[in-house]
Parts: sequence; structure tokens; C-alpha cells
Amino acid sequence: MSAEEVNDNKRRFLVASTSAVGAVGAGFVAVPFIKSWMPSAKAKAAGAAVKVDISKLEEGQMVTVEWRGKPVFIVKRNQKNLDDLEKQTSFLADSDSQDSSQPAYCANNVRARKEQSSIAIMEGVCTHLGCAPKHLPDLNNSFAGSLGDDWLGGFFCPCHGSKYDLSGRVYSGMPAPLNLPIPPYKYLSESLVLIGEDEEKA
Amino acid sequence: MGKRVDDLMGWVDDRFPLTKMWEEHLSKYYAPKNFNFWYFFGSLALMVLVIQIVSGIFLAMFYKPDTALAFQSVEMSIMRDVEWGWLIRYFHSTGASAFFIVVYLHMYRALIYGSYKKPRELVWIFGVLIYLALMAEGFMGYLLPWGQMSFWGAQVILSLVGAIPFVGEDIGIWVRGDFVIGDATLNRFFALHIIAIPLVLLGLIVAHIIALHEVGSNNPDGVEIKKNKDENGIPKDGIPFHPYYTVKDIVGVVVFLMFFSFVVFFAPEMGGYFIEYANFEPADPLKTPAHIAPVWYFTPYYSILRAVPDKLGGVIAMGGAIVVLFFLPWLDRNPVKSFRYRSTMWKVLIALFVVSFLILGYLGMKAPTELFTNIARVCTIYYFAFFLLMPFYTRIEKNKPVPERVTMS
Repeated sequence: MSAEEVNDNKRRFLVASTSAVGAVGAGFVAVPFIKSWMPSAKAKAAGAAVKVDISKLEEGQMVTVEWRGKPVFIVKRNQKNLDDLEKQTSFLADSDSQDSSQPAYCANNVRARKEQSSIAIMEGVCTHLGCAPKHLPDLNNSFAGSLGDDWLGGFFCPCHGSKYDLSGRVYSGMPAPLNLPIPPYKYLSESLVLIGEDEEKA
Repeated sequence: MGKRVDDLMGWVDDRFPLTKMWEEHLSKYYAPKNFNFWYFFGSLALMVLVIQIVSGIFLAMFYKPDTALAFQSVEMSIMRDVEWGWLIRYFHSTGASAFFIVVYLHMYRALIYGSYKKPRELVWIFGVLIYLALMAEGFMGYLLPWGQMSFWGAQVILSLVGAIPFVGEDIGIWVRGDFVIGDATLNRFFALHIIAIPLVLLGLIVAHIIALHEVGSNNPDGVEIKKNKDENGIPKDGIPFHPYYTVKDIVGVVVFLMFFSFVVFFAPEMGGYFIEYANFEPADPLKTPAHIAPVWYFTPYYSILRAVPDKLGGVIAMGGAIVVLFFLPWLDRNPVKSFRYRSTMWKVLIALFVVSFLILGYLGMKAPTELFTNIARVCTIYYFAFFLLMPFYTRIEKNKPVPERVTMS
């Protein structure tokens, strides 16, 4: 046995091919473990639409509802706010919402459906790192120092100081890159809104 | 009697290298005789690890990794109902901060005495990996009490993943196991915190110590004691780790435990630095606390993240601040190890580095104002300049003569 010539090429080939087949096998076995971290069937099913009664919402007020575990802001603006939103756009990073995420019917300056342009509905999730921004309609609050004297009302993220206007459009030069995302929604009546579903995704 | 013990040891040694290991790592491991105060922190880190493992095992017996029960199981069961549960919990929460204090001082020691340099590059790299694993351990552990700061801290850090172009959002969902941080996230963080990361940590610590004992310890003079051996091959400036340094380290342990006990018994929250006040409120996914800051040991990196006015850029800077540590052994081109025999410039640069690291840490706990952000930017630039310009300025340093043998002051 020892006198026989050792075939090194053959050995190398066998070791390499055994290793390769073993690695492929290990790769396949890893799939179930990696996949187990994806949202479970239960988590996926929890994304149902929510109905909200907005009849009691006054101008300048905001309510927060939960949809898919995220806060959704419903805010009612007054006429002055709407005029400001149309005119004052020079300080915004994405004033016409080109890069931001919203349904087509909200890609306008007030970022709302035409039926009720005073009502803005958006996810209260800062596009920087996911904090919930504060609704600050005026300077009468403890964050006034960070807002500037010409604050027109809007949202302020307490985590890293990103500023948004009252339609959720982000100011330029902020840590947050994009406007607050808008979920699909539709009005079931004047006072009843369905968040998470619109005509397209019925 | 003595003979019986010898016989038993002989029986074991024929089957397991017990005496050999004892001698290699303790009774015949020759450490430089000029170790000073800074050499306490390695063994202290090991002791804090033991405190964390023991207290952690007991906490896991009472904790419930379920979003509906987690906060109650910590704040009600462990803190009030379980006998001595509060003490075990405070051991663990104080131990987390103590771990980082000890590790930061241990790393500072390596920096000033050049302990990362050839032939100890791998000791240093294993050390940085331990530091990384420790950060993962601290981050995941902080979610478990399911308080407001647990939730929003994790929300902010996990959102960092979303900054990765194209696949970031999907990776974020994969890590959370849901579209938001929820039960799935809490449950898997619990598993990682109590099993996966501790196993990795233990493996890395073993590698760190084996690598260290292979090359031998550095010392405050940065002189290789193995260059001067006596006729028996024992370094002339070396003394056996046991009993000399085991006994010395016991003094360190006693002093450390005095401070540790003081915090555990009199200031377990440490004024909101070890346990943040917002964490006494259960997690509310709809309401971000007015002021949100990570625990103190993460704040320098958090400051760096905030200093960059761009989401992806901030994440890259934060990651880069840690990654750059791995390259330290090759960035520093000066052949002299200890700062005792290096230029005044190097000492000043290290001092400025420590100051800017501390300022970054302080700013990371404060709300971002324009002034603070600008200061953080200056410190961030200095942090990177310190490392990235090192290959240039360490070459032109004027060193002092390094002694042949270690010095005793």
C-alpha cells in the first residue's frame, strides 16, 4: 500500500467536490432558518384597514390611529394653512412629492384627496429613523427653540430634529430624506374614512 | 495524602492536560513585572462577564419574552414580587454599564501602551470583535424590559438598516419579523441575547486570551520581555501570573466591587444613565418620548450618526467609526509601542481623541440643537482624522530612546 503512488490530483478533486456538495447542502439547510425570521402568517394578516370617524375633528386638531402597528396621523388644516402650503414651498426638500411615497391622488401640495383637501392623512413615522413626529401647529410648545420664528405649523421629530410642514413634506437640510408616507385611504362618507384601502386595492 | 493527590493529578494528566493548561496560562505564564493600574481591567472584564452570566440566568427564570407580559414581568414580578429579584436585576443592569466602563478603560490602556501592535494584532482584532458582540448584546438586552426607551431605541437603531439602498427595507422587516417592532422582534432578541451572542462572546474571549498568551503581554514600557531571557528561558522581567497577578487582581476586584455595590444599592438608575427614566413607562408604539437617547455607552456613535446631515451617510459614518478600529494596528506606523517613548504630539492627539469621544458621548444624550450639532461635527471630523491621518503623522514623530528592559517607577 505504502509503495503505491499517491494520486494527489484525485485526492484534491475528491476533497474539493465533497466540500462543494457539503456547502450546497448546508446552504439549503440554512434557508428554513433564515426564512423563519420573515413575518409570520399571523403578522401578515394583521394589516387590515381601519375605519375612523372624523366628524368631531376640529380645525387645527389631530388624531392618531393605529394601522399595521404604525401611528397614522389625521390632521385638519384651516384655510390659512392650505394657502401657506400652496405658496410656501421654497424651503422644502421634495415639495411636489416626486420621490416620496403616496397614492397618486395625494401627490399635490396639500397632500390630500380632493374631496376633503383640509384633511391630511399620513403615517406618523419619520422617514429618518422611524420616530413619531410631534404635531406642532404653532410655536406654543417646548420645542419652539428648534423651530425658528417663521414656523408655519407642521411636524417636528424630537429624535433628530427633522421638520415637516402641515402636509408632511420635509424641510430641506434635515436628517429625514423624504416626506411622511401616505397610506392608501378613501372616504366612505363625509365623516367616515377608511385607512389602508382605496378604490384600487379594494 | 500528598502522594494520593499527586497520583490523582497524574491520572487526570494522562487523560486531560490539566497541569499543562494550569502552567501555560497561570503558574508559568510570565507577565511583565511592571504592570500598573491600567492592567486591572482585563481581569475585571472577565469578572463582570461572570456577574452578567449568573444574574442573567436567574433573570431568564422570571422574565417573559412576550409584548403583553414583558414589562410587567420585569417591573412587577422581578422588581417587586420575586424575592431578591430587584437585587438580581440591578446586578444585571449595573453590570451592563460596568462592562462597558471596564472595556473602554481596557481599550484606552491598549491605545496608550501600543498593545495593538505587532505581534498583538490578532489580540486587538479579537478584542474589537468582543466589543462589537458586547454592543449587540447590550442593544438586544435593552429591548427586553419593553419600556418606552426600549421600544423607541430599537426602532431608531433598526431603522438604520433601512438606509441600505434597495434591500434595506426588506432586511429591516426580516430582522423585526414584522412590519413594526413587535412580539416577533422581542422574542428573537431574547433568544439572541441569552444564547447566541453570549456563546459568540465566550468563544471570542477564549480566542482573545489564547492569542495573548501565545505572544505574551505587553506592558507600560512597550518592551518585549521575551527578548531578555535567563538561562532557563524565563523572561528576566517576567513574573508568574499566578500567584503574583492573581493576588494583585484580587485587590482590583475588591475596589471595583465597592464601586459596583454602591451603584447597585444606592443609585441603580445612576441618575437616568444606567436605566433611563422613560423606560419606567411601558412601550407605546404610537407615542415617541419627547427626548430619546440611547444608553450612555452607545452615545458617542449616536452623536456621529446625528452629525451627518444625510441618512445613509450617517449610518456609514457610524459603522465606519467602529470598523476603523480594526485597522488600528496598521494605521499606526510608529515602531515604538508605549506613549512614554513617543512624541508629545502623539500624547496631545490621544488626549484630544479622548476629549472628543467624551464630548460625543455627552452630546449623544442631549437634544440636537444647532450649536450641539456643530460641536458634534467637529468632534466627528477629529475622530476620523485621528485614525485616517495616522499613517502620515506617526511616521514623522520624534521618539525618545526606548529602554532595553522594563522600568519600575
